[in-house]
Amino acid sequence: MVWRIRMVLAGVVLVSTFLLWRAFDIQVMNNEFLQSQGDARHLRTVKMPAHRGNLLDRNGEPLAISTPVASVWANPIDVKLQSAELKQLAKLLEKNVQDVRQSIQQKLNEGKSFVYLKRQIDPTLAQQIKALQIPGIGIQREYRRYYPTAEVSAHVVGFTDVDDQGQEGMELSLEQNLSGEPGQRRVIKDRIGRIIDTLALQKSPMPGTNIRLSIDRRLQYLAYKELKSAVQQHKAKSGSVVVLDVDTGEVLALVNQPSFNPNNRQKLKSDEYRNRAVTDVLEPGSTMKPFTIAAALSAKLYNPGTQINTTPGYYTLMGKTIRDFRNYGLIDVATIIQKSSNVGVSKMALQMDRELLWNAYSDYGFGRATNSDYPGEISGVLPFYSEWDALEQATMSYGYGLSVTPLQLAQAYAMIAAGGVLRPVSFVATVKAKDETRVLDKSVALQVGAMLELVTSNQGTAAAAQVKAYRVAGKTGTVHKPQAGGYAEDRYIALFAGFAPASQPKLVCVVVINEPSGKDYYGGKVAAPVFSSIMQGGLRFVNAPPDGLINSNVHMAKAGAG
Amino acid sequence: MSFNSSRQYSPWVDRRQSKSMMGIVRGFHLDWPLFAGLLVLSVVGLFILYSASGQDLGTIGRQVLRLTMAFMVMLLIAQIPPHHLEFWTPWVFSLGIVLLLAVLLFGDVGKGAQRWLDLGLFRFQPSELMKIAVPMMVAWYLSEKAMPPSFLRILVALSIIVVPVTLIMKQPDLGTSLLVGSAGAIVLLLTGISWWLIGTAGILMAASAPVAWFYLMHDYQRQRVLTFLSPENDPLGSGYHIIQSKIAIGSGGIYGKGWLNGTQSQLDFLPERSTDFIFAVFAEEFGLIGILFLLSIFSYIVMRGLRIAYQAQDTYTRLLAGSLVLTFLVYVFVNIGMVSGLLPVVGVPLPLVSYGGTSMVTLMAAFGVLMSIHTHRKLLPS
Repeated sequence: MVWRIRMVLAGVVLVSTFLLWRAFDIQVMNNEFLQSQGDARHLRTVKMPAHRGNLLDRNGEPLAISTPVASVWANPIDVKLQSAELKQLAKLLEKNVQDVRQSIQQKLNEGKSFVYLKRQIDPTLAQQIKALQIPGIGIQREYRRYYPTAEVSAHVVGFTDVDDQGQEGMELSLEQNLSGEPGQRRVIKDRIGRIIDTLALQKSPMPGTNIRLSIDRRLQYLAYKELKSAVQQHKAKSGSVVVLDVDTGEVLALVNQPSFNPNNRQKLKSDEYRNRAVTDVLEPGSTMKPFTIAAALSAKLYNPGTQINTTPGYYTLMGKTIRDFRNYGLIDVATIIQKSSNVGVSKMALQMDRELLWNAYSDYGFGRATNSDYPGEISGVLPFYSEWDALEQATMSYGYGLSVTPLQLAQAYAMIAAGGVLRPVSFVATVKAKDETRVLDKSVALQVGAMLELVTSNQGTAAAAQVKAYRVAGKTGTVHKPQAGGYAEDRYIALFAGFAPASQPKLVCVVVINEPSGKDYYGGKVAAPVFSSIMQGGLRFVNAPPDGLINSNVHMAKAGAG
Repeated sequence: MSFNSSRQYSPWVDRRQSKSMMGIVRGFHLDWPLFAGLLVLSVVGLFILYSASGQDLGTIGRQVLRLTMAFMVMLLIAQIPPHHLEFWTPWVFSLGIVLLLAVLLFGDVGKGAQRWLDLGLFRFQPSELMKIAVPMMVAWYLSEKAMPPSFLRILVALSIIVVPVTLIMKQPDLGTSLLVGSAGAIVLLLTGISWWLIGTAGILMAASAPVAWFYLMHDYQRQRVLTFLSPENDPLGSGYHIIQSKIAIGSGGIYGKGWLNGTQSQLDFLPERSTDFIFAVFAEEFGLIGILFLLSIFSYIVMRGLRIAYQAQDTYTRLLAGSLVLTFLVYVFVNIGMVSGLLPVVGVPLPLVSYGGTSMVTLMAAFGVLMSIHTHRKLLPS
């Protein structure tokens, strides 16, 4: 009896000791390990998205701003697929409940523990969803990019993707400065990933910097409107306008047609978001002539009054014929520009050393990128002089056989406008160009500028480019589009490049209308009026003092185009 | 344990000679020390449950209601004199067997096991009845003859145990069959059978383990054992329970994280935290110190129960009391052992602490029997 009682008591003591030993083993001996295992299950570091810097125009008007939104995600393991709450959620998200189930099921099958159900929803809707307290459904705070000017500045500003990363345009090239740095906080999460408590803010998010672009919103709107209506009017395929500030090299306006709405990119075609003014090249045609002449004047081979015989209106070289619009006879250099004589400018170019001519073109920026930092900018092609033959040397002088971007062309015209100083192009607002280089004597630049002013006279090829109360200088171009084996007879690019006020140039504007298919296709008829309208408003925006009040009625006159 | 019990009395004649000294009122049968221990345990249990349920007062309300019912059942049974219990023992046992058969034939299926009998008004789990009926029956049968029992009687007693255990295992309900089996086996051990018999039985059981593995156990039961042996093999599946519960206990350390501050339990990482795994919640929040306290309460109850068994005046009541209180200890051991990864997960709740369960009523009924045994003693030999 007694031994049996002792045995029972011993058993009880043994069992108790065993359990206590086990508790000691787990809680004291393995405490550290199990504690860390526990922490690993509920302590998480969560990223806090940083506010992306706003993009503003030069006057501080918004071009791209970030607004807080929310994204809805699910942890497939914890979601009850057939629950009524999921139906409710699908309804709130305006989605088909079958699709929602399917996407969750798919991730579940893949063994994934995270799937976005809908990105970037309204914060008030997110609050409603949060209030439903559906297991396995979470809300994540984010920022969404909004572009108030929509199509108007789409190509300059570019856009971000759904993860707030710059994808195109300035959004991409300024990514470093705009994106800021995400913050971090240490949180406690429960099993289904809900944040229960924040333990510590390890790093506050560093918001990105707001950046002022060089764009003037008003001028941008104007350029957009004028280009769009011209493209429609002339049934053109596409078009571009670039407006530069002569003094600083800033891009004040840059538009293309077709454009797109960066706020809604679901049906976006690559054709629409290409920034043609920067990424597409064209042959400059007659707009190249001022640079050939500038090179000739610099080389002291000619002066503006030198007479050149263009009779009989064509010139045969290596079996090819260079033609003028008509026979201009014996004309001086200025008239070559004014009448846009291919024969005259070819003869001048052929008198020059190839290397000298190539160096001049290259100095003016041809074949070199503008270093505008615009993503995907290309430099155009200027063939090296050792590869030229006489025919190429001649055709290049009037803009065939080399290629430029509209932005490059604008930069080169700005050089003439600035009295021979080449300035880098900038999309960001600046006070003064970073590093400018003199590439042309001021006297030569002024001579060329004066010749360009003749072009917009009533006797020139681009009287339609005139601006009321301002003197305007510029050059038209009507370029045959290249096609397989040569140039198309009936497909053109209509160009106009120029600046104003001619006495003290402030703005440069290049207008490109690609393949106008109406009855007009000359640069002077199609592109020059666009230039005129944009300058009309633009010169007032920049407070350029009028310099053409004396013959302010000239812009009413119409002259032949060329 | 050497005297013969005589069955000369009938339950219809109250032969109680002296009134209990333990009653609140004269004639009311209540063992105060045991009652106090159980009450303290229940209150501690409610505090843990409050934390484990995510501070849900509704859960606490329902638990209080269950506890009240269970305590009433205990007090009710405490009023029944042991010889009545003795008289009804074979009938209760036979009824239990019939009900178990009925469960296998027409029982309700819930969570992959057939344990419930739908009686229209309420659902009833006959295996719970067997937790008390089996030790009663074994004690009843063995106490007829002198101790220690003969080999033949031991074999008969074993079959009394094996039949219901097998039926319950078939439901399948490994946890309950284990408890029922051990309740019966403890009676046998307490009768003073010889050591070599116990040893042989142990060897036989070990030998029969493979048989059970291949023929009696269900796939999910086998899975549980495999998981127990190496939970890390399937940390997200079947090993999840054990790993999470070990983490919860271990991260409690010596002093615990404080009431309502257990991260593993409060953040929903610990499964079944208000039922079978509630010990892990307690261990995380109150640490080793808390466990010492909790084990002290359990030990106190067990010691009191053993004292009741020791002071019991006939073989039947002594065997029964000893078995019931040691079964209680088995409960505690199996639950804590399972939660702390010493034993496979078999679904045994922590007595009076785990939320819900019919088992609480059964448990308190057993304590009622203990109280009855103690408070109906004849203080002076008649």
